[in-house]
Amino acid sequence: MRTTPHTRLRALAPSLGRALAWALFLSLVVAPEWYRPVWERLNDDHVDPLYHADSILHLTAAHLGLSVVATLIAAVLSVTMAVVVTRPALSGNRQVAETLIRLAQAVPPVVVLALVIPTLGFGTLPTIAALGLYGLLPIFERTVAGLEGISEAVMESARGMGMSAWQILWRIELPLARRAIVEGVRLSLTVSIGTATLGSTVAAKSLGELILAGLLSNNNAYLVQGALISGLMAMLVYDLIRTVEQHWSASGR
Amino acid sequence: MLTLNNVEKRLQGRTIIKPLTAELPKGQWTVVLGRSGSGKSTLLRLLNRLIEPDAGDIYWDGTAIATLDPIQLRRRIGYVIQQFGLFPHQTVFDNIATVPQLLRWTRADIATRVRELLEIFELPFEVYAHRYPHELSGGQQQRVGVARALAARPPLLLMDEPFGALDPVIRRQAQLQLKAIQRQLNTTVVMVTHDLEEAFLCADHILVLSEGQLIHASDPLTLLKASTHPEVQLLLGSHQRAFKILSLLKASDVLVPGEPPAHHTATAVLSSENNGADLLAELITKPKASVRIRRPDGAVLGHVTLDGLLARLRNTH
Repeated sequence: MRTTPHTRLRALAPSLGRALAWALFLSLVVAPEWYRPVWERLNDDHVDPLYHADSILHLTAAHLGLSVVATLIAAVLSVTMAVVVTRPALSGNRQVAETLIRLAQAVPPVVVLALVIPTLGFGTLPTIAALGLYGLLPIFERTVAGLEGISEAVMESARGMGMSAWQILWRIELPLARRAIVEGVRLSLTVSIGTATLGSTVAAKSLGELILAGLLSNNNAYLVQGALISGLMAMLVYDLIRTVEQHWSASGR
Repeated sequence: MLTLNNVEKRLQGRTIIKPLTAELPKGQWTVVLGRSGSGKSTLLRLLNRLIEPDAGDIYWDGTAIATLDPIQLRRRIGYVIQQFGLFPHQTVFDNIATVPQLLRWTRADIATRVRELLEIFELPFEVYAHRYPHELSGGQQQRVGVARALAARPPLLLMDEPFGALDPVIRRQAQLQLKAIQRQLNTTVVMVTHDLEEAFLCADHILVLSEGQLIHASDPLTLLKASTHPEVQLLLGSHQRAFKILSLLKASDVLVPGEPPAHHTATAVLSSENNGADLLAELITKPKASVRIRRPDGAVLGHVTLDGLLARLRNTH
């Protein structure tokens, strides 16, 4: 096909959009004062649109940190559980595991926060617990699907060649389920970034602090900054993981 | 040699293998022939302990395989299945290297062996070693599957319908190639199939299974001549029998020593490796002719006439 300026533009559009989104995100985080004129239009006169109680960079980093740590914990737990319930000898536990994980998903994170505060106190820990529980299901379900999607012929020949159960798990099953696992982690992390704002209701550092402050003091600029940055972050992370995975797949298989 | 002694396998109350006793000769290609559901795949999987018998023992060169570590045992036995089961996330090289890696061969030894196998199976190393299974044709995948099974030079190779997924033209080629490789390596082969043509092409020894019961065990020619079991008749198809016998007769079995009778015209010269079907094709239109038979080195061994061939066929039938 002949490349016209039009098709070339269309091919460029995704990377252009991506670059713009990253630029917007980083500038919002690092240099909020650039946008002062925009924010001032959102607020009543004499209400300062810039947040001073903490730096936005710090809040953003803390927010991402909460989400990443919670998702990593969720990933380790749910991949382990998925591996366990797909072992033929242990498949009896499958119903129990699935019910528990669905339950964890069904309980809203706010309720989890309320429930764990008596044991874990305020701040980071209850937030990670709530986000982690909320993130189990997508990873668990996709990992189980990935492991069960491996062809019987592959498993049969792996056993027939004298691979031990561990060797089959590490060399065959997990690599073949990798794409499904990454997909689950990607979904879970995106949801987690969106939900982490709730952590600030129990005094965890996150962009939720900005949103809460905006609500409490009638400061629309805070509200919009908090929402915009966390939304952009969720989108960018979702996109980034997919790009990395595609790159990885292209070089590996 | 593999010896099965009253081996029995049940599954969910159903008997898959009825008490079965058999000997599978060393260095030979044994074909387990049977229709689907006859228990032939089950029998194969008992041999590398993917499943365990409910009764009876299996001995490999005198050792009961039940006393061996199943993982170690399987590393000494090649295993090929119909769908090949190549690892889709690994290159041809890594697929073939699987068992040598499990056995902790050195890198250099593994590379040499993979190169050697790809050469044997006519897959140039530079072109194919770093491809992934989905980049290969069905025939190429099959050859990689067999190469992988042979990688650690196992003395025993088990194959479950290894040619079943190939189209007919490639299938015949693959069978002949593997037969030649087997002769050269002297590997003991046990192959399961329901394909009669394939069985007679490859087998030195045939076991016929029907509903979990061993109903015949012998070399292919004896099977054709002797077995009167209705299941065998059904499998063979009675009108096919003469043609099968013909293709199993070697020219060296049929020939009469010496020169043909004076009134015969000697039409052609064939090798002692040619079979009865080749002779018939040559003689059928020429009742007053003979075919001279030479050894591969050129010495004339004798001759075959149409009458002689037919008489021989009548005797074996």
